[in-house]
Amino acid sequence: MKVGLAVPCFIDSFFPEVGIATLELLERLGVDVTYPAGQTCCGQPMANSGFNGASRGTEANFARLFAGFDAVVMPSASCVNHIRKHLDAIPQDEGVRQLRANTYELVEFLHDVLCVREFPWAEFPHRVGLHNSCTALRSLHHANTSEIEEKPFSKPLDLLAGVRGIRFVEPLRADECCGFGGTFSVNEDAVSGRMGLDKVRDHAAAGADYIVSADTSCLMHQQGCARRAGMPLRFIHIAQILNGASA
Amino acid sequence: MSPETHEPVDHAAAAARFIADAPHLAFHDTRLWELRQKRDGQMHGVPEWETLRDLASAIKEHTLSRLAEYLEQFEAQAIANGVQVHWARDGAEHNAIVLRILRENNAKTLVKSKSMLTEECEMSPFLAQHGITITETDLGERIQQLDDEPPSHIVVPAVHKLRTDVARVFARRIGGDPENTDAHYLAEHCRVTTRPLMLDADAGLTGANFLVAETGAMVVCTNEGNADLSANLPPLHIVSVGIEKLIPRQADLGVFVRLLSRSALGSPITQYTSHFRGARDGGRMHIVLVDNGRSKRLGQAEFWTSLKCIRCGACMNTCPVYRRSGGLSYGAVYSGPIGAIINPAYDPARYAALPFASTLNGSCTQVCPVRINIHEQLYAWRRIIAAGGLLPGKKRLVMRLAGVVLGSPALYRLSTALARTAVRILPRGLLYTRLNGWGRDRELPTPPSESFASWHARRKKAG
Repeated sequence: MKVGLAVPCFIDSFFPEVGIATLELLERLGVDVTYPAGQTCCGQPMANSGFNGASRGTEANFARLFAGFDAVVMPSASCVNHIRKHLDAIPQDEGVRQLRANTYELVEFLHDVLCVREFPWAEFPHRVGLHNSCTALRSLHHANTSEIEEKPFSKPLDLLAGVRGIRFVEPLRADECCGFGGTFSVNEDAVSGRMGLDKVRDHAAAGADYIVSADTSCLMHQQGCARRAGMPLRFIHIAQILNGASA
Repeated sequence: MSPETHEPVDHAAAAARFIADAPHLAFHDTRLWELRQKRDGQMHGVPEWETLRDLASAIKEHTLSRLAEYLEQFEAQAIANGVQVHWARDGAEHNAIVLRILRENNAKTLVKSKSMLTEECEMSPFLAQHGITITETDLGERIQQLDDEPPSHIVVPAVHKLRTDVARVFARRIGGDPENTDAHYLAEHCRVTTRPLMLDADAGLTGANFLVAETGAMVVCTNEGNADLSANLPPLHIVSVGIEKLIPRQADLGVFVRLLSRSALGSPITQYTSHFRGARDGGRMHIVLVDNGRSKRLGQAEFWTSLKCIRCGACMNTCPVYRRSGGLSYGAVYSGPIGAIINPAYDPARYAALPFASTLNGSCTQVCPVRINIHEQLYAWRRIIAAGGLLPGKKRLVMRLAGVVLGSPALYRLSTALARTAVRILPRGLLYTRLNGWGRDRELPTPPSESFASWHARRKKAG
């Protein structure tokens, strides 16, 4: 299986360590993975703001770079959701349809496609609060949610169970949105900032040293809120822990 | 809705003002989150919860797809029950009909229970202009009426107020001790001042939660009993209701009654579930069936399912944005997630900001007892509003520019490298300006020395 690695724009620009961990982890697991050069973005920022026409060039670039891969993996739920549900500014030929169907978020890919549960190289002896992004939860179904009457399950926890020494703390409003929301974070900065502050306080009160998530966009926002409030919380992407990051 | 043009609602600015008031924000968020948790508790007590949601959604979609037939069936039954049936195309027609009924019955005083439809039609100011004295009888609505404010929530209209606010409003408008904030005292004070107005009223007006086509029944669900007093004490009872409130059969009611109060307040059922089929002995009963934009929405492929709404408010209670911005920040009759998809159907320019007052987190969709895909409709409205040129010019420019930059790998590399450098070298005063929305409440990320792409290129070169 030829796998293409798509690195979201904000990870490429500001959190390269998340892209590096994702690539190294996939390689460690024996995946035939390629990072095509020339990547920018998936088109989500424009499309989520209503301007799907403005994302045409971005989507075309994405589709061109990832044509022909058996699967595309991205360490970001909201980007994957955009590609699956909304990447429609460009003509929907067979290649684009295939690409949209074969794009996976990293946790899904590890859990459902590779079916890996053991990460013997990984050890993370810290108290961790898990933050599932809203898209990961309610669109990609990484885990059950508090709103629906269903059997509890959690793909990220299934994976993290294979990490030595990790301990989890449970915030009071575990699956409340943290308030990032893409351009919402600047258009509605007061609400967004407040939601972020409430989120990091909830995790801190539960005793978390780290907040771990499959979505760096949420973490970027929460980290910004925690730093402004002078809180010592730390933030880490799930790929980094699974790849054996020690802190 | 009134025809004159209005300033667009600035939700973000109103929300910022709400957030600046710490005690109100804390109470509002906590109180509504409690309702959400109580709702979850009720859900866990009903093993067939998700099946009930399926059924409720299917019954509503079926009814809406045959609305004309069911409306005619309902009308025939209601007439057979001795009720006078009126049809109103819009709010103005509704208000004129209500005024005519009141005048024909020589009614000067009207008591009403909570009705979002009459808010939608702006009935109260219209009737007041024509010499009718109106008294709201729901406690929360009464507080809002006395404070000259619209309801901020469709189930708990004064939830944005603290007890201290209520004490002050009462003291100013109906007497009482402004310092006494005891809930029992305040409720009792409202009761003793409102009850005589009910006893003496010439007419009563209620809404209805459900209309049953096969029986002509109007079903009203309340907790205070005020709707029953409004309906039964005066000799004239007017029911104002939107045409989407129909359900086909009496047997279908069970599905909705089980879902409504559990979703709204986390209680198994409202204190009163009252079925009205005809006027009380010696009384007269009228029903006004109101369209006011509903037929138009029924024809909109992406938005017609919003007519399934049973007005439980669960989407508002769960919405993290609503809880932190307050219902009044939406500047509309309907607030919260459901308001953000209903209001633009009336006036997309005025309510252009509302579909953007959401993180698209989807919690609203998941609590909705009739399975309205609220967050997907928010997304669909964004496209329509952007395509209609209804967003500020700055936002349009930024998005077009972003599209150009992100569409070109070279421009993308250049601009992200500039951004990293800027964050690294610029002094704080230049980075955290008024224009930096991100930086008002948050720190910017620490820029790395290089991008992932550049790290990868080096690694590849090194072999």
